[in-house]
Amino acid sequence: MDKRIASLADAVSDIPDGAAVMIGGFGGSGAPIELIHALIDRYLATGSPARLTVINNNAGNGHVGIAAMIEQGMVAKMVCSFPRSADPRVFTEKYLAGEIALELVPQGTLAERIRAGGAGIPAFYTPTSFGTDLAEGKPVAEFEGRSYVQERWLKADVALIKAETGDHLGNLTYRMAARNFAPIMAMAAAHTVAQVSHIVEPGGIDPEAVVTPGIFVDAVVSVPNPAQEEDLNRANAIHPQVSA
Amino acid sequence: MTKLTNAQIAWRAAQDIHDGAYVNLGIGFPEMVARFQPKGRQAIFHTENGILGFGEAPAPGQEDWDLINAGKKAVTLKPGTAFFHHADSFAMVRGGHLDVAILGAYQVAQNGDLANWSTGPKGVPAVGGAMDLVHGAKRVAVITDHVTKDGKPKLVDRCTLPLTGLGCVTRIYTSLAVVDIKDGRFLLREKLPALSFDELQSLTGAPLHRDGDVADLIVPEV
Repeated sequence: MDKRIASLADAVSDIPDGAAVMIGGFGGSGAPIELIHALIDRYLATGSPARLTVINNNAGNGHVGIAAMIEQGMVAKMVCSFPRSADPRVFTEKYLAGEIALELVPQGTLAERIRAGGAGIPAFYTPTSFGTDLAEGKPVAEFEGRSYVQERWLKADVALIKAETGDHLGNLTYRMAARNFAPIMAMAAAHTVAQVSHIVEPGGIDPEAVVTPGIFVDAVVSVPNPAQEEDLNRANAIHPQVSA
Repeated sequence: MTKLTNAQIAWRAAQDIHDGAYVNLGIGFPEMVARFQPKGRQAIFHTENGILGFGEAPAPGQEDWDLINAGKKAVTLKPGTAFFHHADSFAMVRGGHLDVAILGAYQVAQNGDLANWSTGPKGVPAVGGAMDLVHGAKRVAVITDHVTKDGKPKLVDRCTLPLTGLGCVTRIYTSLAVVDIKDGRFLLREKLPALSFDELQSLTGAPLHRDGDVADLIVPEV
């Protein structure tokens, strides 16, 4: 078995129109910029995939990564907890113009819905949001004298994540807080693609150090020296670059 | 009468954090509390994006953007730092494993209700981890100016802004006072010595009760 994919373009070639796509990262840390930009390049060349639902903690920053997906018109809906950033203009303008839908989910509920999706748990109860506007229409129940809100699992067709080291079998490790949503998104998507800074042979990762076991990963693509979204934004980068 | 600065409010809140406490500080103003840990005590700070036991901000130019806090500001490693994924991070929050969460507020009601995520239906709504943090920490405290910028009480009878959580706040550190919430009432614990009880009451949107002595709120210049 070998889950390596030769190119970024190949890694994102099967994502269909209307897909639900989980994208790893919290702000810039862990954002799989190269996979996202490969997906944008495919959309600009072919018109597909369009009308995506994107699941991420945020809704993009500046004009790269998820913000660039939104700017190019590929995204019909965002599922996130905090659609604000240092430069949230791309999402904000489309949202206020009614051109993109938003499902706002408390951050811990978002994480647990994704985890539940990956773990085969269709619904669960959480104290989060009880009595607030974000619990409207949701079933509530009392357990041991306290009230809880029922939330449902969240699954996706595809997850695009960034990891530090991956082996041919898809076992992954991460770099510091870039881990954030990636391990649970890898579980919750039908097809998970990981871009990794280092590819090693099976055995090259200490089994004790594996964070995401390969069973949750379908494709691994090598991206040495990946771009950091924060650095791109500090350099006022735009994707795709407009040639003069 | 000079009200406390934000740094002084943060200093006062820091005095109640015990050695070894696991603490989450809300983004923005509450992050300042970390600067005022009393000597000899070491709290372990949690950040929602997946770090326990991180250190201070790095020097400019030394940032590693894979090492950030929930406010997306760069932090540093310390001996004993741990990383974990987002579902584990919020298990720490909701599962009752944090000792203290210190948050900002638009309004706090005498029944402990907190409004701190939305000022109404305009613009783009954003909630982040606020609704999770108010449930689960053993103690949820608020730090805030006592009144809004236009002088209206932030300690109120009932919150009029969208709620973050019901009955969740147990202590409020303000620019004028320290107020506990107990049995649906505001209990005044400390106030600036230059301020009379009646003056403080006039700046507060619900009755202040007393349960024993009210101590002087004395904070050093920080």
